[in-house]
Amino acid sequence: MIWNEAKECMSRDEMRHLQSKRLVKLVDRVYHNVEFYRKKMQVLGVEPGDIKGIEDLHKLPFTTKSDLRDTYPFGLFAVPKTQIVRVHASSGTTGKATVVGYTRRDIEIWSECVARAFTQAGLGRDDIIQIAYGYGLFTGGLGAHYGAENLGATVVPMSTGNTKKLTTMMKDFEATAIACTPSYLLHIAETLEADGDIDKIKLKAAICGAEPWTEQMRKQIEEKLHINAFDIYGLSEIMGPGVACDCIYHKGLHVYEDHFLPEVIDPETLEPVAEGETGELVFTTLTKEGLPLLRYRTRDLTSISYDKCECGRTLARISRFKGRSDDMLIIRGVNVFPSQVEAALLEMGETAPHYMLIVDRVNNLDTLEVQVEVDEKFFSDKISELENLTKKIAHVIQQAIGLAVKVKLVEPNTIQRSMGKAVRVIDNRKLV
Amino acid sequence: MFLKQLSVFIENREGRLEQVLDTLKEENINIISLSLADTSDFGLLRMIVSDGEKGKEALKARGFTAMLNPVLAVKLSHQVGQLQVLLSEICKAGINIEYTYALATGNDDASIVIKTADLEKAAEVLQKTGVELVSAEEL
Repeated sequence: MIWNEAKECMSRDEMRHLQSKRLVKLVDRVYHNVEFYRKKMQVLGVEPGDIKGIEDLHKLPFTTKSDLRDTYPFGLFAVPKTQIVRVHASSGTTGKATVVGYTRRDIEIWSECVARAFTQAGLGRDDIIQIAYGYGLFTGGLGAHYGAENLGATVVPMSTGNTKKLTTMMKDFEATAIACTPSYLLHIAETLEADGDIDKIKLKAAICGAEPWTEQMRKQIEEKLHINAFDIYGLSEIMGPGVACDCIYHKGLHVYEDHFLPEVIDPETLEPVAEGETGELVFTTLTKEGLPLLRYRTRDLTSISYDKCECGRTLARISRFKGRSDDMLIIRGVNVFPSQVEAALLEMGETAPHYMLIVDRVNNLDTLEVQVEVDEKFFSDKISELENLTKKIAHVIQQAIGLAVKVKLVEPNTIQRSMGKAVRVIDNRKLV
Repeated sequence: MFLKQLSVFIENREGRLEQVLDTLKEENINIISLSLADTSDFGLLRMIVSDGEKGKEALKARGFTAMLNPVLAVKLSHQVGQLQVLLSEICKAGINIEYTYALATGNDDASIVIKTADLEKAAEVLQKTGVELVSAEEL
């Protein structure tokens, strides 16, 4: 099944034409309504009239996460606040949140895109879908929820946190699908296994995203639960989950490019790379009203293909992500920058500025250990003081990144010093 | 009146304690007494040594975090209840004991190292009871 065949299967020429038309309108809108973009374009000497179609995309300025931070909270909004019906927020690099806003029409388009993704996963109005992403400022829960409702399915808004209740309802309601992070789904699968309930569920599909995962992990989920697992992609700056999703052929994620115009660029030269080559994914939000963005650098590394898929869709496909062009980590769905930890430690002023983040996955749940060097300034002959210090550091970091961490004190000079870019992270999750 | 205790931070890693001891041996520093407190992640080695300053500098040069801090050492006779009597005086004075361990002086008595929240006050209380404190010169 295809949710919107007219859009998802149009010829490449028609798509380019539609994108061009929408881009021209978008540029006109942001130039006149967003001071930030007007200034950026003026610096580049570009006027709205210079953009006649997507072939002129390269003339437009890039947008980065720090631009959103610098204009916190609503500086890049393109409509009066009376038209904004919802905001979401995600963590930023310095503790300041990145705030995104939606008009009623933005929410409708978002629901449309998520409905397309769920349809790709073989779901429809007969299905009972448990949404087990967090509900709240995070876009995962509400984004998937509205999409599933738009689809006409029966939606069970589980949110996260109570796995027993989730598995009980999965059995009792005979849920046919679940949307959650892949690591959480593996945790759920293990709970079902431990309770001997794997054969008592009616699940047929899972739509997983919000964190990096591997093809092996996808297959592991499919085998454990006897279901099809799909990879949904999104980021709050562009919209939330539902920017792209893979289909039953699992040959890349279809980008809903009538709304989100993708480019893949070399993160160093900022020039586009050839089709099929790996680079940084960049999006221009063609139809967004609340927070339209020009050439937003996602920092996600991928490659793009414009070949028609076996499923019949002509939408561009992006490959499974190959990493990031910055040092952002995604831990239990939360974006974490090592610089946030550094800033928190420096602000505390009681530790050496040498630290190491050790990310691991234990029983399918991400763990974060922060190693901090004990230096003479705060060393004590009392265990209680050293333990209080550990607790204090853990608290300060948790406040900064919104994740519980384990702090481990280590001897001075044991954390590797580097001449160039310091290695601050050891990720043992083997996700790529 | 007080002894200088050498404290060293040790990660729970194979061979780290041995490296501390090796450093002290190299510098010809004698360990008179030691206590090792362990937690799940790290250990805290507290020692009374023949030359604390030299020990601290040598350990720092080898990359360890080490510090010197004052502690009390009290002489006790080998009799039942001696330690209890002594601690009850400290308790009566409302002083909290942070840690304690035995001090091997090589003499016939049973000396003990005590760290309290208020060392000055603890020393005063103990001296009033007539107990003898171990001085650095005796070691």
